[in-house]
Amino acid sequence: MITIENLSKQYGSTTVVDGVSMQIERNSITVIVGTSGSGKSTLLRMINRLVEPTGGRVLLDGRDTRGEPAHLLRRRIGYAIQGHGLFPHRTVGENIGTVPKLLGWDAQRVRARVHELLEVFQLDPQRYAQAFPHELSGGQQQRVGVARALAAEPAVLLMDEPFGALDPIIRAKAQEDLLAIQRRFGTTVVLVTHDMDEAFHLGDHVAVMSQGRLLQYDRPAVLLTHPADPFVSRMTGLADRALRLLSLTSAGELAGPGELAGPEVPATASLRDALSQILWCGAQGAQVIGADGKPCGQLTVAAILAHARPA
Amino acid sequence: MRISTVLRLAALVLLVTFLVVPQKFAPLFAPLTQYGAPPIYDQGNLLGLALAHLGTVILAAAASTVVAVSLGILVTRPSGREFLPLSRTLVNIGQTFPPVAVLAVTVPLVGFGEKPTLIALFAYGLLPIFENTIVALQTTPRAVLEAASGMGMSAWQRLVSVELPLAMPLILEGIRLSLVINVGTATIGSTVAAKGLGEVIIAGLLSSNTAFILQGGLVTALMAVLLYDAMVAFERYACRTVQTE
Repeated sequence: MITIENLSKQYGSTTVVDGVSMQIERNSITVIVGTSGSGKSTLLRMINRLVEPTGGRVLLDGRDTRGEPAHLLRRRIGYAIQGHGLFPHRTVGENIGTVPKLLGWDAQRVRARVHELLEVFQLDPQRYAQAFPHELSGGQQQRVGVARALAAEPAVLLMDEPFGALDPIIRAKAQEDLLAIQRRFGTTVVLVTHDMDEAFHLGDHVAVMSQGRLLQYDRPAVLLTHPADPFVSRMTGLADRALRLLSLTSAGELAGPGELAGPEVPATASLRDALSQILWCGAQGAQVIGADGKPCGQLTVAAILAHARPA
Repeated sequence: MRISTVLRLAALVLLVTFLVVPQKFAPLFAPLTQYGAPPIYDQGNLLGLALAHLGTVILAAAASTVVAVSLGILVTRPSGREFLPLSRTLVNIGQTFPPVAVLAVTVPLVGFGEKPTLIALFAYGLLPIFENTIVALQTTPRAVLEAASGMGMSAWQRLVSVELPLAMPLILEGIRLSLVINVGTATIGSTVAAKGLGEVIIAGLLSSNTAFILQGGLVTALMAVLLYDAMVAFERYACRTVQTE
């Protein structure tokens, strides 16, 4: 768990981060979102002390992060950035092995970990471990960047607009990868983005920042139904907030017993996608299909619509 | 094999042959002499002079490299940034102060021979190495530096395993420039009794022997060209992973 207490950063007379306090839960994805200049990156970089706070403190599992030299702290915290920052003069394998090597793992263990991660990220170790970063596509470079951040099995992974430079299709894939990997390793992820769709898609919790202050920090649905500030509703979007709300719940969660004539939607699909399919087919509801490929309930338009507004 | 490679090999063979058995080339240089003067330099061993010349240049370049690279690293650290203007001024003086003047100033202090030449060449060779080191270190991609720090490298580890390897092509280029400039400049060392190819040229000037002047000049020029090529080849080899971008 990461506890941020009254954290501030001033450069001269400008306050970049202004008294932010928040608790980040273990094994969850927290997204910090805001416009550029909102202080979200600075806040993130104060967690691993790439930026030293001028006030307040950060606790990692109850221990003050200032209790050890900054570079030793950072070896325990994964860090992935926009534009990946891979070392161009080192192979993909050496890049991924950077932190384990700094931690003094033996060569055998580093190699095994590099291979494991390359496989997790769907990169053939035989082909890519010895390749140089410039030989990879943008999406592959980004995956190697995340793999490198995860190499030493950090409990916490900080990501600063990690998918900002990717085109939409590769970005969607990278987001799915991140969700799968977070579930697999149980990493606590803190991700900074200016993309509200990304925030809602990835975040278990979303923090909205503006002008250095934390305006609201809650579950995505609460941000939509009970915005704490006009800026939060502007960020989350007023026009399509009903649809956004639908996108946060899966069809499986709302499925009722019984069967119904209509399109089939997987239980993992969002209500928004389910509704879209129902509308497309001109039906009154949908048949929900479980992970085993068998029908596991039905979903009516009425049930979906009831879910599209604050309770 | 490419034509350029063949030419370089031929130049190398020519240079070595001339230095080892200069008398074989006597008929070639004879038309340049008058009144039965010797066509080939005979007041010393040409090979020995060439090696001494090269040794002086390399020693001076090594000293320039150590000082210029260290200084370049120092002034690109946050703690040393304020020394950048001062260092730049000092290094610029080293380049603008004519080597001959350096000789004139240093001879009274350290005496005749190798030492004043080494000092002059050292000062003259600082600038290209220093400037290239600074440019290289200042232009390391921000994301790469950020990642290195974010991974938990200490400032020293970041310098040694990321910044310097990435700066290496430019630093080596600076060393190459410095070396090549100084192969020519080193000939003036002979005015203060340093062993080198300048001796041949000066002997030619004193006795109006065009053959001597030409020999000294040609050997120096060939050495500069070959040294340049050798450095380019070495840079390619040493930086093969960095330059693949």
